[in-house]
Amino acid sequence: MTVSPATDAFLELRDLRIHFPTDDGLVKSVDGLSYRLDRGKTLGIVGESGSGKSVTSLGVLGLHNRRNAQVSGEIWLDGLELVSAPEDVVRGLRGKKMAMIFQDPLSAMHPYYTIGNQIIEAYRIHNKVSKSVARKHAIDMLGRVGIPQPDRRVDDYPHEFSGGMRQRAMIAMALSCDPELLIADEPTTALDVTVQAQILDLMRDLQREFDSALIIITHDLGVVAELSDDILVMYGGKCIEYGSTDDIFYNPEHPYTWGLLGSMPRLDREPTDRLQPIKGTPPSLINVPPGCAFSPRCPYGSRTGGLSTGEVPELTESRGGHKVRCHMPPAERRSIWESDVKPMLETT
Amino acid sequence: MVTYIIRRLIAAILMLLIVSMVTFAIFFLVPRLAGATPEGMASRYVGRTASEETAKLAAERLGFNDPVIVQYGNYVKGIVFGAEYDYGPGVETCPAPCLGYSFITRQPVWPDLLDRMPVTFSLAVGAAVIWVLVGVGIGVVSALKRGSLFDRAAMTVALAGVSLPIFFTGLISLVALSYGNPFSIFAQGGHYTPITENPIMWAYNLILPWVTLAFLFAAGYARLTRAGMLDTMNEDYIRTARAKGLAERVVVTKHGLRGALTPIITIFGLDFGLLIGGAVLTESTYSLQGLGKYAVDAITNNDLPKVMGVTLLTAVFVIVANLIVDLLYAVVDPRVRLS
Repeated sequence: MTVSPATDAFLELRDLRIHFPTDDGLVKSVDGLSYRLDRGKTLGIVGESGSGKSVTSLGVLGLHNRRNAQVSGEIWLDGLELVSAPEDVVRGLRGKKMAMIFQDPLSAMHPYYTIGNQIIEAYRIHNKVSKSVARKHAIDMLGRVGIPQPDRRVDDYPHEFSGGMRQRAMIAMALSCDPELLIADEPTTALDVTVQAQILDLMRDLQREFDSALIIITHDLGVVAELSDDILVMYGGKCIEYGSTDDIFYNPEHPYTWGLLGSMPRLDREPTDRLQPIKGTPPSLINVPPGCAFSPRCPYGSRTGGLSTGEVPELTESRGGHKVRCHMPPAERRSIWESDVKPMLETT
Repeated sequence: MVTYIIRRLIAAILMLLIVSMVTFAIFFLVPRLAGATPEGMASRYVGRTASEETAKLAAERLGFNDPVIVQYGNYVKGIVFGAEYDYGPGVETCPAPCLGYSFITRQPVWPDLLDRMPVTFSLAVGAAVIWVLVGVGIGVVSALKRGSLFDRAAMTVALAGVSLPIFFTGLISLVALSYGNPFSIFAQGGHYTPITENPIMWAYNLILPWVTLAFLFAAGYARLTRAGMLDTMNEDYIRTARAKGLAERVVVTKHGLRGALTPIITIFGLDFGLLIGGAVLTESTYSLQGLGKYAVDAITNNDLPKVMGVTLLTAVFVIVANLIVDLLYAVVDPRVRLS
């Protein structure tokens, strides 16, 4: 496989495709995704369930179902290409150079081993130290993620922790080998709202401390607003809008992003205002509609003169790194945003 | 943890009491309810040729005229302190633990059982080692290579293993590998050497029965393990283990198999407990003088005290095995300790 030379970016995906052949057809979970991420930066990946956002990240770690997945494209991590790298090489990076925080810490931790043992195990894979040294490290990590009395809680089992504490322990486990890339897959979805804020604060602090690159996968725009430098909006396995957090929140250009913003509950709205759900359901990744995947649900699809249902739009740069995958001309998108959508979101 | 153990122990003791009552009821109460007279039941002890007079006397002396509760009390007393059977013409002593006295062989049952236990125990332990190693091993590999040729072949053989009765596979093994043909490499049936005498001969004589018995069980365990592994390998914590960078071998054994072990332990406790109470078919097929063969012979001879003795002993084994399983649960799954 010929690969283009590495870039200066810490993490760069080029045209990544992860397809799964099934009896019903080819599931295109990730279909031509590219992005880059530097050390110390945070990327938020936003999308509905089934948009391919989790598979992307599992793919980066090589954790997708290897047996039946067809992967193409390139994943560059610190000068090393991972798609073509042998499984052993990728395994050596997992946990050490790149780590992942999973959505539901109760099911993501082994119920039969203590929290401490699970952190010790993670640490000792990549560090040849004695058990007692690793145990000290585990206690230290638990203390750093804010677990009280870590020297006692280290011997507790996952079911003896509360949800928030479990997620903290999960973070401690992921950070135990000081990874340079941290991927958090819906890290706060399973938690109470009050605990969510604490966990997000913790992740921001730890990221600064470790200067790691962070990817947050979520369907919750509130979470990415809090943490991200850049935001990537996924739909039907593709990136449909990419930009800085300010771009996405203050000048979004894709009708789907408008829909996401409209369906976000906000405290500064009148209780009588109704949320604006996006009509319809996300496309099946087996039979992605021809043309723009969002066109069946798009209220503005008729304005492109049939292009939306005919051709897949390209991801094109709108201005200053802000990229949008839409057939509508940029000027028209902006005017719709300014005249129709923005006022509606702001009505209170 | 301590309360858990105590609770399990109390439950086991209660269970033993209930089992002894039920066993007693089956042998002494049910025949009465079905219309047997005390004389009729006593006549088993003095021989069918005895006169009506003798039978009546024996019924009185052996306590068949007492209320059932009193009879049960005497039975339990016999187990704890021993008993004497004054049947008229003479007195037979049956030292504790008196699980009954056979008036046919004129022997207490317990020493017989003690005699037979090593045979059955040897058979069960050896077979268990084989079937757990082979069954669980094949189950794991099958699950990991789901849909492969190995998986399909193993599961087909396993289906055969579950379906074929011991007296079929056992006889085939004897004909093929033991009795007077070029492949007669294994011992013929009916040989048993105590392990204390000669461990090699002990194993050599038992290898065919072991394998035959293990084949039956390994098949079930392979299927059970395969199903369990397929479940646990899809758990989120397996993905976490991989995300740590663990080698796949460690992911499978330490994280996957550990999670799939609970149902296997449960079923193993039951199987093993039942088996050390007598592997009836295997012992009969290979003419091994174990508890199972003892029970079959006793049933054939209508020797009720022996049958009752084996029944109670088997029940004890099953209860004890289950107690051990319960305790093992707490070791395997920490969540059990809390509840």
